[in-house]
Amino acid sequence: MKVIKRIQGRTVVLPTRDIDTDQIIAARFLTTTSSEGLGKNAFYDLRYNKDGSEKTDFILNQPAAEGCSILIGGNNFGCGSSREHAPWALLDYGFEAVISTEIADIFRSNSLKNGLLAIVIDTASHERLMATPGEEIVIDVESTTITLPDGQTIEFEMDGFSRHCLLEGIDQLGFLQQSSAAIRSFEENRRWKP
Amino acid sequence: MSNKKTLFHKVWDDHVVVAETPDTPAILYIDLHIVHEVTTPQAFSVLRNAGLAVRRPDLTLPTLDHSTPTTPVSSFKDLLVAGEGAANQVRQMEQNCKDFGLDLLGYGSGQRGIVHVIGPELGATQPGKTIVCGDSHSSTHGAFGALAFGIGTTEVGHVLATQCLLQRKPKTLEVNIDGTLPVGVTAKDLILAIIGKIGVNGGTGHVIEYRGTAIDSMDMESRMTICNMSIEAGARAGMIAPDDTTFEYLKGRPRAPRGADWDAAVERWKQLATDDGASFDKSITIDATQLEPMVTFGTNPGMVVAINDPVPEGSDASFRKALDYMQIESGKAMTSHSVDIVFVGSCTNGRITDIEEAARILKGRQVADGVRMLVVPGSELVKKEAEDRGLDKIITAAGAEWREAGCSMCIAMNGDVVQSGQLSVSTSNRNFEGRQGVGARTVLASPATAAASAVAGRIADPRNYS
Ligand code: SF4
Repeated sequence: MKVIKRIQGRTVVLPTRDIDTDQIIAARFLTTTSSEGLGKNAFYDLRYNKDGSEKTDFILNQPAAEGCSILIGGNNFGCGSSREHAPWALLDYGFEAVISTEIADIFRSNSLKNGLLAIVIDTASHERLMATPGEEIVIDVESTTITLPDGQTIEFEMDGFSRHCLLEGIDQLGFLQQSSAAIRSFEENRRWKP
Repeated sequence: MSNKKTLFHKVWDDHVVVAETPDTPAILYIDLHIVHEVTTPQAFSVLRNAGLAVRRPDLTLPTLDHSTPTTPVSSFKDLLVAGEGAANQVRQMEQNCKDFGLDLLGYGSGQRGIVHVIGPELGATQPGKTIVCGDSHSSTHGAFGALAFGIGTTEVGHVLATQCLLQRKPKTLEVNIDGTLPVGVTAKDLILAIIGKIGVNGGTGHVIEYRGTAIDSMDMESRMTICNMSIEAGARAGMIAPDDTTFEYLKGRPRAPRGADWDAAVERWKQLATDDGASFDKSITIDATQLEPMVTFGTNPGMVVAINDPVPEGSDASFRKALDYMQIESGKAMTSHSVDIVFVGSCTNGRITDIEEAARILKGRQVADGVRMLVVPGSELVKKEAEDRGLDKIITAAGAEWREAGCSMCIAMNGDVVQSGQLSVSTSNRNFEGRQGVGARTVLASPATAAASAVAGRIADPRNYS
């Protein structure tokens, strides 16, 4: 995995609560056997009409969203299906981070494993970010802070291991494999066999 | 600290290969890994590129369910019913299983079916096991006192290669359900009511343990329906302590232990129940006696209402957006809406008792004009059993379609799709926007409510169809 220490980018706000992974990428796009090129299908049914034309009122289709790489989502972002296609699609679309007051467990874990920063912040700070879309902010993984244009900072929590993996570009499969002796001994010594 | 442990803690502690520290998550051993065609191709590619083998093919259970057509399949041409992408995915799964030495329960096995239906019915799902699958409804297997949860594709790769996962220990949430469910109220109604009460994020970061008299008296298939939808409350997993009902269900199943091994297993399983006095991080209680058949009215499973009650008012933008999408108004009962599609199936309600429940209502009645009803068994074994009992005849005589096993309209990636604007009463688990097709309006309900609605042509109270 690539090293991620710091992300700088402009925000786009999707205020709806409970954005599920079916909305992020619909099931009909899951018949792929690759994890690449899914960005064109991200939020497809929110972005396009049935005839394929763009829904001009959807935030991501507006000029202000152009080039924005940080998505501020409503509460409980990424709920529902475990599909890793959701963070793959968001990354391929151009997002580097998702910020909300709550992020569903599986989506959060999938995101961090792929280098999409899934960040949970307090309600007041979230309201502050929602109110000023388009501003340029800096997410620092090392200090687990977000810095706003006026210099104000927001702290966030991130599991120490996820943070370490991002900062060092650690591949978690490789990390698990380093414990192969422990895994073998667990298999040999357990009280019962599955 | 007391040494009293919950069911969850007992199973967790029994699988810790390396304990967690502030800096690193635990390494947790996985006893059963169920895999299907949609969330695995990229994981197999990772193994292939790194020259890695599947560590424990014997603990890996692969099948085909998500993107497979529910019309009979005898050749690749038939597979194309579901589209080129789905057909390729199925073929790639067959190839991956061949290359990595996995015993695929595919076409011709007689045991193919939805991942969360076949694990239990084959007896592979057992108390005290850790079970994962690249599908969020893996929580279903918790009905047996297993710790079971959904994982992403990267983690599928971790389990294939190492049989382990890196996990932080979740918190525990006790859901106590006291009393007996009233006649005509089912496990599906109960779990919808629970999600309505705690919200679609009420379980985030937690493993739920369902307990209480209502759970004790429930059969295994109902318990599976309850645990299945734990993820719809955001929970990591749902669990129920194993008891005689559990053991009776498992006894004699193909992959269950036999003879002396069976006796030893039952002794071990009996120790799993939460110790008296063990504490949970959170706790709630539900009164089962006051429940009614439940239906959803919005675009997540927490937006739920008793069948004859008016749809509630809500003022925030997300609530209004959901009602707009559903074309549903506050203040009126859901029974005022006519129905286009009825779907009975999925890992929530595609087991034999579910099909039996639907058939009980369809018997001697007709699906209303203009309504299309699909009944899709959760597995080939469920299909066979239903046919042995003649349920398929009742279903087709009523004018409903009897299909091959698969996920079907639960996820609408196999060609079974609800058309835009159509209202679907579905026994599946998600009413998200577009889940059953672009513009599909999904109302989640029990098999009984679904069948009653098919007959009535509008959303109907199943208690009027006994
Ligand atoms: S039936 Fe639906 S929820 Fe269950 S495994 Fe299949 S797609 Fe997932």
